[in-house]
Amino acid sequence: MKELQGASGLILNEPLLWEKGKKGRCGFSMPRRDVVPSPVDEGLAGDGPDFPDLSEVDVVRHYTRLSQWNFGVDAGMYPLGSCTMKYNPKVNEREASLPGFAGAHPLLPPELSQGALELMYRLEQYLAGITGMDAVTLQPSAGAHGELTGMLLIRAYHKSRGSHRSKIIVPDTAHGTNPASAALCDFHPVAVKSGEDGIIPAEAIAAIMDEDTAGIMITNPNTLGLFEDNIREIAEIVHSKGGLVYGDGANMNAVMGIVQMGKIGFDVMHLNLHKTFSTPHGGGGPGSGPVCVKNTLKPFLPVPRIIKEGDRYTLSGDFPETIGKLQAFYGNFGVMIKACSYIMSMGSEGLKRASQLAVLNANYIKENLKDSLYLPYDRPCMHECVFSDKFQEGEKITTLDMAKRLMDYGFHPPTIYFPLVVHGAMMIEPTETESKEDIDCFIAALKAIVAEAGKDPDLLKMAPTRPKLRRLDETAAARKPCLAG
Amino acid sequence: MKELEELFLPDDVQYTETHEWVRGDGGSVTVGINDYAQDQLGDIVFVELPEVGDIFEKGEEFGTLESVKAVSEICMPVSGEITAINESLEEAPELVNQEPYNDGWIIKVKPDDPDEIKTLMHSEEYVEMLKGEE
Amino acid sequence: MRYLPHTEEDISSMLHAVGAEDMDDLFSMIPGNCKMEGDLNLPEALTEWELNTLMHGLSKKIAVSPEYKIFMGAGSYNHYIPESVSYLLGRSEFSTAYTPYQPEISQGTLQAIYEYQTLVTRLLGMEVANASMYDGASALAEAILMAARVAKRKKVALSGVIHPYYRDVVRTYLEPGDYEIVELPSLGNGRTDISGVAGMDDLAAVVIQSPNFFGCIEDLRLTGEIAHKSGSFFVLSFTEPLAYGLFKNPGCQGADIVCGEGQSLGIPQSFGGPGLGMFACRMKHVRDMPGRLVGKTTDMDGRPGFVLTLATREQHIRREKAKSNICTNNSLCALASSMYMASVGGTGIRELACLNYDKAEYLKRGLREAGFRISFDSPTFNEFVVEFGEDFNDTYKKLLEQGIVAGIPIATWYPELSGHYLLCATETMDREDMDALIKEVRS
Repeated sequence: MKELQGASGLILNEPLLWEKGKKGRCGFSMPRRDVVPSPVDEGLAGDGPDFPDLSEVDVVRHYTRLSQWNFGVDAGMYPLGSCTMKYNPKVNEREASLPGFAGAHPLLPPELSQGALELMYRLEQYLAGITGMDAVTLQPSAGAHGELTGMLLIRAYHKSRGSHRSKIIVPDTAHGTNPASAALCDFHPVAVKSGEDGIIPAEAIAAIMDEDTAGIMITNPNTLGLFEDNIREIAEIVHSKGGLVYGDGANMNAVMGIVQMGKIGFDVMHLNLHKTFSTPHGGGGPGSGPVCVKNTLKPFLPVPRIIKEGDRYTLSGDFPETIGKLQAFYGNFGVMIKACSYIMSMGSEGLKRASQLAVLNANYIKENLKDSLYLPYDRPCMHECVFSDKFQEGEKITTLDMAKRLMDYGFHPPTIYFPLVVHGAMMIEPTETESKEDIDCFIAALKAIVAEAGKDPDLLKMAPTRPKLRRLDETAAARKPCLAG
Repeated sequence: MKELEELFLPDDVQYTETHEWVRGDGGSVTVGINDYAQDQLGDIVFVELPEVGDIFEKGEEFGTLESVKAVSEICMPVSGEITAINESLEEAPELVNQEPYNDGWIIKVKPDDPDEIKTLMHSEEYVEMLKGEE
Repeated sequence: MRYLPHTEEDISSMLHAVGAEDMDDLFSMIPGNCKMEGDLNLPEALTEWELNTLMHGLSKKIAVSPEYKIFMGAGSYNHYIPESVSYLLGRSEFSTAYTPYQPEISQGTLQAIYEYQTLVTRLLGMEVANASMYDGASALAEAILMAARVAKRKKVALSGVIHPYYRDVVRTYLEPGDYEIVELPSLGNGRTDISGVAGMDDLAAVVIQSPNFFGCIEDLRLTGEIAHKSGSFFVLSFTEPLAYGLFKNPGCQGADIVCGEGQSLGIPQSFGGPGLGMFACRMKHVRDMPGRLVGKTTDMDGRPGFVLTLATREQHIRREKAKSNICTNNSLCALASSMYMASVGGTGIRELACLNYDKAEYLKRGLREAGFRISFDSPTFNEFVVEFGEDFNDTYKKLLEQGIVAGIPIATWYPELSGHYLLCATETMDREDMDALIKEVRS
């Protein structure tokens, strides 16, 4: 290995919070007391929680050290398929922390929150334009939350027509949140198999679509990184039997300015602001999953909705057919600010460019790695490509082993073992914010690892060796869960 | 993962298509999962058991086995009533991996039809079935 | 564009490598009838400096403290957030990282969330807490679904003094599943009337909030007893967790599931989101709990570390049989609250909770002396309801113009309580601001 990105430096140990500190320390500036103490009902007063007492220095050192064991997009490439780990612009953070936004109470009278309402209204317009849809709700807090919202909307639609449909079609390549969200809505997911070419054949839909099926949940481009070519025909088949088409927009990054889902048959779809629209993943959240709909579903959208009257914005709950609320207030406003800032910074050309470069990067990786790793679908991909460990079977090396070894080379591993239709899947999504040099480094690293698999497989089996810890015992963690200290 | 030849498939039990084994005569049978199943699942971390007295049809799911990354259904080899469950699996689910045919047994059943067990496979038949699946 | 590193040379070389003529050629696999015509109709891209100006302008059109004195709570609370917390959260190793599915390079997030889980169990007096959910309202909905799943029952007794928007979210989540929701009325003292529960024998859960929407502390012990007698879960919800720095925690009073909003603990109000859905339950129910969980383990060399665990409850494995569809946890918000709890500390949180309590009591006393009736006489924490009267509307508007938001009129949700206002005073409310409000309303 030549000059590695992953060469490690000083890695400090750091105990748990309650193993530090001393009683009486405080890391908080207690506000000045200008009122007298009032008696508390003895029966209600408790002892307070057993928290450690730490100084500000204790706290800052603790979290600074912890942060050094993490790997973020700012440290290096994060080619996680389906996650769109693109660069998180710093100016977006600045906007979100403006005091007017950060300190805003959601129940302010509308005349005192015009700035917030205007921002949300604008974002709704932008997202409707990008997706080719008619109306938007920003309320769902995450992608899965958006999927639940979409399912509820479809359910309400059918109910309003006096029909109670129990099934929904879900492709075998779908993300787990799809059937889970459908089930939460009392729909029974009916699986449909993708064809040999990785996309859903229209005949397969025609065979199962009936009047007891509420619709279909379809990801486009799909989780194999392929455009669902038959989507228009599929939409027609579903519509002809009175069903609706739900789009999982997780892979929107491949088609901004190139395809508008609303124009090719989708009735409702969700977006992931923390994927396509550059808001940070935060180690697992918060995200934001706005849902865009065609006019047919508009009456059912969650409340309140933002109304513009001349120059003024208000909130209205006066929608009798609404499905209700998914979140206490209006959604993750703090995340919306960042997405809005991103869209305003990129403009139409910038977003289209982003999609073009995302697709270019993924195809470049595909072409360069297809001799080293097995490519189940050897055709042009969109913003992500899927390989498997088939070539490495003889050496008893798995996708997991290769992923773990990538960490020693300074990269976060790609998505592994998803989608389920490819055994030993490795899904790579570089995104458009990776430069050619970084991608060339990544390709070289994977090629080196594949070579190692042949010559010295233990290097992979024992990997990773450079981060803070080696492979962890997940079996013990699940058998005897220890979930609090 | 073990190769076909490495699997331990004893003769004193019978096998189902869904990889359970059954031991016993018509009056009371013991059920578990076989060596192929435990090998495929990997380290078992949790076993979800039915309650004594529950009644299931042949082929119906009566419980689940969880490994770290997967969940597998366990299905009834015969129709009948659950007469006992292996409570040691709560503390030691690894018994299913270590001793699949003995201490790792899962349930005991009183079959509705004592002759139903005769329809199950013997080890040679089961091996042939596995070969066909490859 | 500074986020797009490709030069023309890069693009040309890469197009050549993939065998495409130009960018459009890359998309030749898309059927012609799917491609959009024309361009997206978005406003022209802004420079960083133009964006700053625009956003600054928008943010100025929102009323915030200290220019405005905002006596509002109702699920969103103004608390001081130490600069150290904001600073640490800005570390991009935390914010730009993904979900810790690869534990070897995510120990920072994993240890921090394990610590978060632990602090939550200590705050609420419960045995296990998850890595958090979206917000208090959706966490409540999930708690009720969990209780129904485990109890195998479909009826829920839901207090009418739970935050109205939380009840709305619960109804939305429960609508598809054929559940029956029985709403429990309130008593004259501001608490929930749980007497009706004794007569119900097929309940999955009895659900109350404490402090409740009127700010009143409920009788948790009694509610727990009554719930358990009827064989149902006692689910406790909250919107202001700081109350448990002072009052007895739900766990020691019989709560089976505790869930609520953690925004008060170090998370900016941010016009209602992102928040933090805290969720805790008994260890015996852990396999039925939704949401991510971090557990302790060791690595190949025997060193202690942390991993996501019990994933077989979750959607990526169970799909339609999962305990919930949730994928995300609000990780960065959980981290913020953990940093906040660590900074305030055990001694500090008690002092801070007492200060909140005392501020609100001071305001209560002042308003009483000014001749107003405090609507409910149950103990409260940092919020309470006062009867300003049916014709207070004009005064309310006048106060707005002076930069004072005199609480929230609760007639919107409780028409029988027209003229009653929900006021909140946290540690951020100075005595002179409270004096000013009292003076204004008195006249």
